[in-house]
Amino acid sequence: MEQMVTVYLLGKEYSVPATLTIMDAMEYAGFKLVRGCGCRSGFCGACAVIYRIKGSTELKVVLSCQTKVEEGMCVGKIDSFPVNKRTFNIEEIKATDNIVGQLYPEIFSCIGCNACTKGCPQGLDVMQYIAYAQRGEYEKAAHASFDCVGCNICASRCPAQISHSAVGLLCRRLTGKYIAPKCEHLAERVAEIENGDYVTLLEKLKNTPLDELKDMYNKREIEK
Amino acid sequence: MSAFTDDMLKSMANVERTRAARLNSTPERFTAEEKEALLQAFHPDYSTKGFKVLEVGPNKGEKAPVELAQLLEGKSLLQGVAVDLERVDYDVDVLIIGGGGAGAAAAIEAKRAGADVMIVTKLRMGDANTMMAEGGIQGADKGNDSPAIHYLDALGGGHYKNVPELLEKLVTEGPLAIDWLDKLGVMFDKEADGTMVTTHGGGTSRKRMHACADYTGAELMRVLRDEVQNCGVKILEFAPAIELLLDEAGKCAGAVLLDYDSNEHIVVRAKTVIMATGGAGRLHYQGFPTSNHYGATADGLVMAYRAGAPLIYEDAIQYHPTGVAYPAQIYGALVTEKVRSLGAQLVNSNGEAFMHPLETRDVSAASIIRECTARGNGVKALDGVALWLDTPMIEIIHGEGTIQKRLPGMLRMYKKFGIDLRKEPILIYPTLHYQNGGILIDANAETKISGLYVAGEAVGGIHGTNRLMGNSLLDIIVFGRIAGIKAAEKAKTVELGKLSLAHVDAFAKEMEAAGIASEVPSPKLLPVYTHGRNAR
Ligand SMILES: Cc1cc2nc3c(=O)[nH]c(=O)nc-3n(C[C@H](O)[C@H](O)[C@H](O)COP(=O)(O)OP(=O)(O)OC[C@H]3O[C@@H](n4cnc5c(N)ncnc54)[C@H](O)[C@@H]3O)c2cc1C
Repeated sequence: MEQMVTVYLLGKEYSVPATLTIMDAMEYAGFKLVRGCGCRSGFCGACAVIYRIKGSTELKVVLSCQTKVEEGMCVGKIDSFPVNKRTFNIEEIKATDNIVGQLYPEIFSCIGCNACTKGCPQGLDVMQYIAYAQRGEYEKAAHASFDCVGCNICASRCPAQISHSAVGLLCRRLTGKYIAPKCEHLAERVAEIENGDYVTLLEKLKNTPLDELKDMYNKREIEK
Repeated sequence: MSAFTDDMLKSMANVERTRAARLNSTPERFTAEEKEALLQAFHPDYSTKGFKVLEVGPNKGEKAPVELAQLLEGKSLLQGVAVDLERVDYDVDVLIIGGGGAGAAAAIEAKRAGADVMIVTKLRMGDANTMMAEGGIQGADKGNDSPAIHYLDALGGGHYKNVPELLEKLVTEGPLAIDWLDKLGVMFDKEADGTMVTTHGGGTSRKRMHACADYTGAELMRVLRDEVQNCGVKILEFAPAIELLLDEAGKCAGAVLLDYDSNEHIVVRAKTVIMATGGAGRLHYQGFPTSNHYGATADGLVMAYRAGAPLIYEDAIQYHPTGVAYPAQIYGALVTEKVRSLGAQLVNSNGEAFMHPLETRDVSAASIIRECTARGNGVKALDGVALWLDTPMIEIIHGEGTIQKRLPGMLRMYKKFGIDLRKEPILIYPTLHYQNGGILIDANAETKISGLYVAGEAVGGIHGTNRLMGNSLLDIIVFGRIAGIKAAEKAKTVELGKLSLAHVDAFAKEMEAAGIASEVPSPKLLPVYTHGRNAR
């Protein structure tokens, strides 16, 4: 016999197998999910839920596809959270002049409560990357926020009303475009292609008889 | 307490015992003949049971997976439903169906070309297979590499079935796509001097796999979505397209959507349409689990087919060799190929490395299935059998900390369920991963239907009958951009006639004439799961 646990999904009591994730338990209970379900693998941040174990005061916020059910879980959903994404022209902004602070001045209202970090299902040091952003250390903020899946659990708990995921994303784009070292071999190859350097070679390949192509493929040298 | 069962731990001891010896020896690659024999005997695509011959539509007479065939020959969600096509809810230049990577790339280019662009998508923007890609993106941009070498790798990997014009575009515009992403601010893994950190993927002859740790797809998708929002593209979420609209002359002219919240139909008129609906993993061909996102149900193929667009290689499916076989909570999820690129070997229950870890995906999957079935060297896991992927080798080969740095997503996923893959190997079995075939396009990304473009996983032909790792993220950018540019260009001159759903009726008549009476609602839109509960 499968081991079962009792859970309360959106306020209703269900008995579900103990091996299921919260998301699977919802489906087991009969919910047909449309909102609050995306990649089902912990990458998209669509499925944040909030729960507490019956009788306990502590509230937890997790990704429902990455968390197993527990006895007494009372689960509510956060299907959509209104983050504040500011628009910008990536070609025009620069990684200087306190650009992140200009676009997201609320980062300076951080009171250091660390609720964001405590809530992060990815285990990121969210408050730390906001601090880096305040100081203009965008590359550090970029790396510290890199694994963010944008579930916005942090934002849901922030008394300073910061949209952390949007801040992290801006820092990463600035880093990718302006701060990371330029790639020379890429620029060279792009120039060659734009110059039409490979046109003849590819034309020839396209017109090579199949047997010859097979031979070339099977004998091709493989980089160690 | 270990997360593994006692029997698993016993077998794991074999893996640990042989590890030191295996570190210095990699099994030989299979010969061309061995590969062919393996595929014939063990690859699911060669099973006769899993397929059905299509009886209607442009690909009549060809075989398709049963679950796909049922939808291609299913019942339109609009059959017998009156939709007032005179009441147009949205009127745009370019309509993009699907908010994944291909749709986003297309939207950015179409918008830059001056078009009025709208993306409609089934779930949220970015809830898509693109978000989940871990391993990387190919691009022949290094000195020892070239688009021609990339061409040959993809062609051999694709069993020489790739459409040459499409493959040529993929490889020559590959480095341009990497550059485009770099300039949008995607954080590629780079050396201190800017050199791209690149690795091998299955079937590559050069190290041309670019990555953003093991969040490559997520990083691409986050940046693309942000850019789509920055440039003011209209986005409509939770509103899947359910049927294409044509005009009286047969040009593509928009789509009918289903608003998930109101359950009402929405009519979108568009001068050109780009189908970017992605893959089909959630159809669970032959009962396989899948690595795909919740909305991967081949809707685009169904809608385009009904409107008269031919498919190509609709019977070629990619099973990723390494899906999670244990624990239950992440069953079917992907273990990125990068784990093998970094040196982890595939090992059977006796502790033997039975194959080279970087064969192409179809050959690897077939070889794993053989090891588990015919050879009986698998480890029992949940309801099936599985093999070991020896992840601790990575830290021994590349040094401690490598997994944290290069595979943080994998590490985290397993840790949540009590497994530390730096210390313990993991159990894997093939999972349904990718749709090699799809809608046929030309080098301008246009289908046989004027004004209907396709980009991304919904396209067929680029990869022949087997795609190499990293070539899909590449194709969504290369062909997404092409589709966006071409669709915007064409929209400037298109004169649409009256909107029509006559093709849906015509298809139903063709089915009737062929004696097929189907009650299967199609497209499927979302799968239904009950996790073993008996329906009440
Ligand atoms: C787990 C995983 C790992 C992968 N790793 C790699 C890798 O390392 N390298 C690589 O190159 N490739 C990889 N791939 C493959 C690659 O990610 C996908 O093939 C590619 O991203 C597909 O992009 P797309 O835009 O065509 O489709 P998607 O990104 O899936 O987007 C399709 C969008 O269309 C929407 N949609 C579907 N139906 C409808 C409808 N009826 N109406 C409106 N919208 C609809 C979907 O909801 C979705 O948002 C991986 C795939 C998976 C699943």
